[in-house]
Amino acid sequence: MSQHTLDCRNLLCPMPVIRTQNALKELSEGELLEVTCTDPGTLSDIPTWCRINQHEVVSTEEDKHEIVFIIKK
Amino acid sequence: MTQETSSVNTGEQPKQRKAVALISGGLDSLLAAKVVQEQGIHVEGINFYTGFCVEGHTHAIRKKDKDKQKRNNSLWVAEQLGIKLHIIDISEEYKDIVLNPKHGYGANLNPCLDCKIFMVNQAQAWAWAEENGFDFIITGEVIGQRPKSQRKETMPIIARESGADDRLLRPLCAKNLMPTLPEREGWVNRDELYDFSGRSRKPQFELAKKFGFEDFAQPAGGCCFLTDANYSKKLADLWDARGERRYELDDIMLLKVGRHIRPKKNFKLIVSREEGENNFLRGYKKQFTSIHTVSHGGPLTLLDGEFDKEDIKLAAQIAARYSGGKNADQVTVQVENYKGTSFVMDVPPMSAEEVKQEWHV
Repeated sequence: MSQHTLDCRNLLCPMPVIRTQNALKELSEGELLEVTCTDPGTLSDIPTWCRINQHEVVSTEEDKHEIVFIIKK
Repeated sequence: MTQETSSVNTGEQPKQRKAVALISGGLDSLLAAKVVQEQGIHVEGINFYTGFCVEGHTHAIRKKDKDKQKRNNSLWVAEQLGIKLHIIDISEEYKDIVLNPKHGYGANLNPCLDCKIFMVNQAQAWAWAEENGFDFIITGEVIGQRPKSQRKETMPIIARESGADDRLLRPLCAKNLMPTLPEREGWVNRDELYDFSGRSRKPQFELAKKFGFEDFAQPAGGCCFLTDANYSKKLADLWDARGERRYELDDIMLLKVGRHIRPKKNFKLIVSREEGENNFLRGYKKQFTSIHTVSHGGPLTLLDGEFDKEDIKLAAQIAARYSGGKNADQVTVQVENYKGTSFVMDVPPMSAEEVKQEWHV
């Protein structure tokens, strides 16, 4: 399965959500998108946006500076 | 033959009508969408990002707000309603609204009426698009709720100038207005819409209670920084210093953060107030000259504008004033330009009195 990447570092919410939304639009059902963020607000916003728009957050990894989401369309 | 007439002739289920609701994250738009949803209409939300949205940003930047919930209210509203939410970045096109509002500003630099017209227009362009196929637009407007944009006489102006005309439904005050297309066609029942008016929020609170909504957001002054007097003052200062009215997205982001101190017209300092802001400003080091104190703990400072060596010394003395070395004879600072080239200098910190009150933007 192909995996796409999206760099949302140094962007503040809601920009990472908007970029994620627009990137997913270009993908086919079942494809994966890896999104890298630095705004801690994304920890709440990206999973919420995925929930209401019926996409799946496959994993969330967080270290001191970055948060990496894998999202399945 | 259209789908609509065929359904009448054959007795099939009437067409499922679709409405797009402008969702700000506040209570009124939540209720407006809910009222229409309750009538069996398929509702989806649309939310616009102007760059001036109070939502999210500041909470994410400032550490002192860490305990506050960092939820995005428009996403929260969509989840409460169980609807999809489409977030649209209009920050670039929005500049023209802020810089040249046809209907003028409100109490501050808030172009509320032009803003509403623009948003309804954008929602309409999105909603009528063939692949989206929506029938009408919903807003949470209430007559008399806001002094600049939500008045009896502005309601038809918004409908007309946005191009949405009578496909613009305001469920919370519809009974005070002429029937719109969705009402006349019977897509929604006018009797089950509302007649709210005035600044009182009581009817909204009662309706929220009826629907079982709790914990909704109630930002003072709405959800836009342009209604904030201090913010507008900083934006006006930026235009004044540059000698022209223009801004980039980074400019308006930075106006939300730190102390802004302008000792001379040609440049200003943006001094972080705490760790969260420090981290945020660090992200701009490749775009601005920055100052940080080396001999003592202290904030990160960015310099915005044009400055010479003397100006940098002055800035360093001000930055030192906000460091742990403010009472020391000398503070060592590192000055780094956007290319990463840096040098170190010792400066005497300014006293509190020397940092003049009128420098604070």
